[in-house]
Amino acid sequence: MEILLIVLAAALVVVALVGGGVALTRRRRPLSVPPRQIDGARPSVPPPDRVTGVGTIDAPDDRVELEDPDVVVVEEIVVEEADLDELVIDDAALEELVKPTFRDRLGRARGLLAGYVRSIRSRGIDEETWEELEEALIRADVGVEETQGILDDLRREATTQAISDPDVLMGVLRDQMKARLSGVDRSLRLDEGRTNVWLFVGVNGVGKTTTIGKLGRLQAEQGHTVLMAAGDTFRAAAAEQLETWAERSGADFVRGAEGADPSAVVFDGVQRAAARGYDLVLADTAGRLHTKSNLMDELSKVRRVADRDPGHVTEVLLVLDAVTGQNGLQQAKVFTESVELTGVVLTKLDGSAKGGIVLAIENRFGIPVKLVGLGETIGDLVAFDPDEFIDALFE
Amino acid sequence: MARRRDATSYGAPVRRTRLQARKLPGCMFDALSDRFDGIFKRLRTRGRLSDADVEEVLREIRVALLEADVNIRVARTFVTRVRERVVGAELSKALNPAQQVIKAVHEELVETLGGETLRITYASKPPTVVLMAGLQGSGKTTTSAKLAKWFRSQGRNPMLVGADLQRPAAVEQLRTLGRQVDVPVFSEPSDPVTVARRSLEEARRTGRDVLIVDTAGRLAIDTEMMAQVREISGAVDPHYTFLVVDAMTGQDAVNVAEAFHETLELDGVILTKLDGDARGGAALSVKQVVDRPIAFASTGEKLADFDLFHPDRLASRILGMGDVLTLIEKAEEAYDKDEAEEAASRLLEGRFTLEDFLEQMQQLKKMGPLQNLLGLMPGMPKEIRNAEIDDRQVARVEAMIRSMTPAERQDPDLIDASRRLRIANGSGASPGDISALVKQFSEMQKLMKRIPGMGGKKGKGRKADKRKGKTGGRTTEKGAIKVPSVDIAELAAKSPKGLRLPGL
Repeated sequence: MEILLIVLAAALVVVALVGGGVALTRRRRPLSVPPRQIDGARPSVPPPDRVTGVGTIDAPDDRVELEDPDVVVVEEIVVEEADLDELVIDDAALEELVKPTFRDRLGRARGLLAGYVRSIRSRGIDEETWEELEEALIRADVGVEETQGILDDLRREATTQAISDPDVLMGVLRDQMKARLSGVDRSLRLDEGRTNVWLFVGVNGVGKTTTIGKLGRLQAEQGHTVLMAAGDTFRAAAAEQLETWAERSGADFVRGAEGADPSAVVFDGVQRAAARGYDLVLADTAGRLHTKSNLMDELSKVRRVADRDPGHVTEVLLVLDAVTGQNGLQQAKVFTESVELTGVVLTKLDGSAKGGIVLAIENRFGIPVKLVGLGETIGDLVAFDPDEFIDALFE
Repeated sequence: MARRRDATSYGAPVRRTRLQARKLPGCMFDALSDRFDGIFKRLRTRGRLSDADVEEVLREIRVALLEADVNIRVARTFVTRVRERVVGAELSKALNPAQQVIKAVHEELVETLGGETLRITYASKPPTVVLMAGLQGSGKTTTSAKLAKWFRSQGRNPMLVGADLQRPAAVEQLRTLGRQVDVPVFSEPSDPVTVARRSLEEARRTGRDVLIVDTAGRLAIDTEMMAQVREISGAVDPHYTFLVVDAMTGQDAVNVAEAFHETLELDGVILTKLDGDARGGAALSVKQVVDRPIAFASTGEKLADFDLFHPDRLASRILGMGDVLTLIEKAEEAYDKDEAEEAASRLLEGRFTLEDFLEQMQQLKKMGPLQNLLGLMPGMPKEIRNAEIDDRQVARVEAMIRSMTPAERQDPDLIDASRRLRIANGSGASPGDISALVKQFSEMQKLMKRIPGMGGKKGKGRKADKRKGKTGGRTTEKGAIKVPSVDIAELAAKSPKGLRLPGL
């Protein structure tokens, strides 16, 4: 037993030092090609373990081209009628296409900051004020560092302006937080006359498929022709879920066999959309943890393939569950490294979670929040309004 | 209100620079343990703990907990309890202050995380009913299937019930998963409560002794849906009600747990997506709020990546002590004992060749991603632990070694310019890479020979140690965890300049 550990320790250290050391030496060499191209040169290997469900894959050697990334294997694409008998579709919810305002919806979860604000107002500004503000922001998942930044700014302002009125202080805080989110283009880009591809990425269970379903319907209502590509070939019945949404919104739909290469499915979707002259392809992808590098490679391949003529990737949206804590930052970082995010969709904001992490994501990585999910119905997917987002926290 | 002595006001901007400088964590809880590492390293250099020290330590612990998404109120009570332990009367003189703090924090963590592992008992009159509840996207459906597989491995005959009629194709997903784990799935397009009730009859009829009811995801503040899950619960009268919680959950975990506990009276919590790099503070929060054990943890996408939750292991890991138990389990699966002893003795005699190195890499690869292994290893300095070791980089090293002749692997000194070129061509590397590898390896070899106390007790190849008198012999205490007596941190500190630590 001990011997095992000793060998293990030694082997690990050796591997870490030698392997890491060599890797480091390599990394230091000047790069002669722009980074994007290096990305493209990396082999994209469809991870076999996701297909078979057993066994692990050996890490591929960097230098061995296991698969030409530019060759797209179009697998058998099955467009089939799913057995939808057992699905209960809430038609009543579908009819009710009222556009809720941010405030109506967030109202249910209101009162978090509000409670602190009341307490601060009643007491005046003292040391406790800062502690309460800190607690309030942290409870909204803003994060320690971001909170610190916000409160540092506020303190500075309070000192220079000699603020003593709690109401004024709260007003300044609100303005400052709004300012942090202002001046960003939050529109979704859709170039007329081209086959636009919007790619949806994120960790498992954040609501990618549902978001696509809702967005597809909204885009269709705006007169765009939409195709949904079921790039989630991993999760059981993910394609059926998306197909249901496609039917509801009258969008065209492309799927592959379970376990098929998602790039192939998206490629096929783009081809069909181009052939039929659709405006927009909404490409679903399987949820993946950003720590799985093989899956992240798979995702970069999907993006590359989707962007090849006639495809034209105009949005890559990270779907983020509002309940997500500080790990959201990490997600944004890693996902943008592999697929260059253009925006964030914050889902499930109608719950009690505040989604404060988006403040840090915008501030640190400059990735704007574009859409917000405020409920189960299609109309509950709305454009992100930073002012209302902040106001709702305060009132 | 006598509260929040521990609360920091963010006047001092010092901390921020450290935050920015920190490397991004490799696996969950890393950052938390790194932070503790930092504090305790500083403490180790001092003698006794002053009051100011204690406060500083507690403040750091609090920030670390918050960054790990531990709810701010939970973090506060946690810190208060640690303070009581540390400042209280039981300050032992035998231990140094740092050890005392580590011990206190560790004990407190283990306690908060659940004390002990949950044991499942089965109903005397089957079926034993298990109800799964949680927010949308927390992983209920997948976890239900995993749980079914787990029950099967316990020799039970589970049945899955698809009572999520909300999300499109949720039942379809469950059916597919059910096929994969070879467990029947019951559902019908009626309403969730009826499905649940009917499933109970079905289980009795078909002789299934465990019933796992998957329900739709719901928001804790959705009163209608919460009432519905309560009705489902009433219909099946579950023996176990589990709340499925995503390890990435932020501050809101507390509200969610509270609401579900109020509605359903939870028996336990299942933590999912632990294979990511979320620090999982939600686990602490939830445990604290509902005071129910974290029963299971789901650690991967495959249906087998699921097991009982071990709070003690997690606590150790939080504290940077490494998760020795898990590591040993993994090692036992991958290693042949005789082979291991062989390798150890060669290592001790300085006969460790590139061939052995290659073999070790093979063994290690069987145990999973190197990055994860490093995180589990106790005593690893965080520079190594946080080094971004891409398994592919390691594979490249492997290719280089494989392109060498056996003679070269035995004695890398043989490698001259011409051989180097051949190896480089053979492995798709550059001659410079080969030199770097050989250099790193020989540095490593030298280092290994100097490891103090590297002698295993049974090491047969061990030479008589003449200098045993002062320093040699065993450095580990009897009875203590038998982690290798290699202080790797020290080792790294002593390492020759030529040796580059990755990430430095």
